[in-house]
Amino acid sequence: MKSFRPHAVATLFGASLIALSSPASAAGDPDLKALRDEIAQMKQSYEKRINALESRLAQAEATAGDAQATAATAQQSLAQAAQGPASAPAPAQGNSFNPEVSMILQGSYNNLKQDPNAYQITGFVPTLGEVGPGTRGFSLGESELTVSANIDPDWRGTGILALAPDGGVEMENAYFQSIGGVGWGNGPSFKGGRFFSGIGYLNEQHAHAWDFADAPLAYKAFLGNQLGDDGMQLKWLAPTDMFLEFGVEAGRGRTFPGADNNKNGVSQGALFAHLGDDVGVSNSWRLGLSLLGSSPSNRSYEDVDSSAAAVNNSFSGRSRLLVADGVWKWSPNGNSTATSFKLQGEYFRRRENGTLSSDSLLCGGCTDSYASTQSGWYLQGVYQFMPRWRVGLRRDELDHGSVDIGLVNSGALTAADFPLLAAHDPTRTTAMLDYSPSEFTRFRLQWAHDNSGLGATDNQIFLQYIFSLGAHGAHNF
Amino acid sequence: MKRIIFLLLGLLSLSAHADLKIFATVPEWGALTKEIGGRRVDVFTATGGMQDPHHVEAKPSLIARMRSADLIVATGAELEVGWLPVVVRDSGNPRVQPGQPGYFEASKSVRMLEVPTRLDRADGDVHAGGNPHIQTDARIFLKVGDALATRLGQLDAGNAAEYRANYAAFAERWKASLAKWEAAAAPLRGINVVTQHKAFPYLYDWLGIVEVDTLEPKPGVEPSVAYLSQVVANVQAKKPRMVIRAAWNSPRPSEWFADHAHVPAVVLPFTVGGDDQAKDLFSLFDDTIALLLKASR
Repeated sequence: MKSFRPHAVATLFGASLIALSSPASAAGDPDLKALRDEIAQMKQSYEKRINALESRLAQAEATAGDAQATAATAQQSLAQAAQGPASAPAPAQGNSFNPEVSMILQGSYNNLKQDPNAYQITGFVPTLGEVGPGTRGFSLGESELTVSANIDPDWRGTGILALAPDGGVEMENAYFQSIGGVGWGNGPSFKGGRFFSGIGYLNEQHAHAWDFADAPLAYKAFLGNQLGDDGMQLKWLAPTDMFLEFGVEAGRGRTFPGADNNKNGVSQGALFAHLGDDVGVSNSWRLGLSLLGSSPSNRSYEDVDSSAAAVNNSFSGRSRLLVADGVWKWSPNGNSTATSFKLQGEYFRRRENGTLSSDSLLCGGCTDSYASTQSGWYLQGVYQFMPRWRVGLRRDELDHGSVDIGLVNSGALTAADFPLLAAHDPTRTTAMLDYSPSEFTRFRLQWAHDNSGLGATDNQIFLQYIFSLGAHGAHNF
Repeated sequence: MKRIIFLLLGLLSLSAHADLKIFATVPEWGALTKEIGGRRVDVFTATGGMQDPHHVEAKPSLIARMRSADLIVATGAELEVGWLPVVVRDSGNPRVQPGQPGYFEASKSVRMLEVPTRLDRADGDVHAGGNPHIQTDARIFLKVGDALATRLGQLDAGNAAEYRANYAAFAERWKASLAKWEAAAAPLRGINVVTQHKAFPYLYDWLGIVEVDTLEPKPGVEPSVAYLSQVVANVQAKKPRMVIRAAWNSPRPSEWFADHAHVPAVVLPFTVGGDDQAKDLFSLFDDTIALLLKASR
């Protein structure tokens, strides 16, 4: 390169001198112009040839360098030289770009003392979702089909189909999310579509990752099992060594406590903050505070009035839910494969203000004010006493609080016309034992003493399996 | 309020002038990055030496640290597949996404062993890229260190020469140690051993140790007593000298085997921090070889 470069530069320099000097002598002369063009062409072609030669030389040098490096490596250790080249890159295949596909198979054998079709959480407005304990006897649970992949350098997409055992297919989740920064630097992340809200602790996790076969009573009563709205979410992670995250969500209120209002704008939204860190190598924790606001109109549910006639009651107004959550995990030296303990609890408090109407013939269809303040909590501990085996205990309590029904106060109807809202504080105690022969398999035995329904204490036994096929995505904390 | 603002501004300006922030997934890469980065890097190591590297949780603390990281130093070959993708995604940090210069995988510089010819979960916890426990062969630290010095220089061009010089100094000391270790381990060449989990093929490849069987019927699958008795019977003729497990493996299978096959059970540190002696990369291999020699006597 050193012997070549000065010569090339000199040639180029000479050519440019001619090119530069020519316009000064006689501009406009056609012969001279032709000459100039010719020189310009020469210059271009020289440049091209120099570039080509330079790149060829660089290549040759790199190859020589590699050979040198290889020789040096070979000298390092005789044994090492015997090893051969580093791993070859993965072969490119036609299906290399296929998304990650996985399927969760779940099923259970349920032994229920009470009729599951009559299940209710007395004292709390029924949610629109399916919150009962399932079917008696053998039953297939919801199978989940997940397809996810990076879409392009900025976005990742995930679709999760919930295949109901009776044949229905529900789009449980379908969302896109940003990969790193949304172009606004570090910290923010964006999600849009249908997704499980970031409120609370358990809400964002899929049912197969729960530590019990069913959701806590508070989730059933206040969120209809799990909140998964259509909308968008913006999260921001603070630039601190301690985990501090803020999130805001806007949605249409597709699910409880919303009621699909057929309205433009935002009908349901949430704010949340999470704080978390480690204590030593063996402990880690996360605390959260969330606020969910919704303005359902005509959120209706069915009840039976005092004349034993089926009625339809509907609520319109504002619903505010506060959730405080905490989780603490312990495992000696951080090695959760051997033994671990997880303590988790959440507190819910809901205030609803608005109007409640009833189409009961006893008042000929009537509407009046409605206000309620209700709360609930659960606390659970799961202990892995040896690899693959865990035991867990959970306590659920709901507080009926105050429910102020204008139609009852005015005398238009009586409390007996709203049996589902009768004063009752549901409680439940659950114990479970599970065994996971591999990461992809879990068998669980669960027993619950459930006092959700007034005067209908239930003893429930679940024997459950959860199998995970295919690509197995990482789980959240 | 004013004080808080000043504090925040102070924090922000500090982070602007700080060294390269490194997120090492496992202790061995944390230690190697300290050797090569020297005073220019601020290393956070996500896991401890007593932790099973296959089962790590996407803890909030990891997400917080990932947010400000300039470089991830990971093993790759799917070792971190159960947690790293979530942490990287939740961190909202564009610099460390896979494929970016801020994402470094050590296994890319190493010839992988035990690359499966078929991928089936019926074979247990297999990794498509091969066995990911590459750090048990001391020789690979030269290759990985070389690639890492280049990467550090790429991210922080102003100090590229310093990284290169640090690597050269490290490589010189390391080669001297390699010669010492290889000489000390000469009596281990050709001995038969039994391993609990397939965590040491690279160590065996380096020192010429022969693995005659493993206690796990399939990688990651806990052995039953019936299976262990079968292993005892199978290897009887081969006269294994010891049964080896990593510090984070459950002790029961190898203790049971040691009792019934009348061989010593050896707990190797596996990585920096795996026992009290393994304080850095050099003492890790000093200790590993000392433990093997002691058990083989």
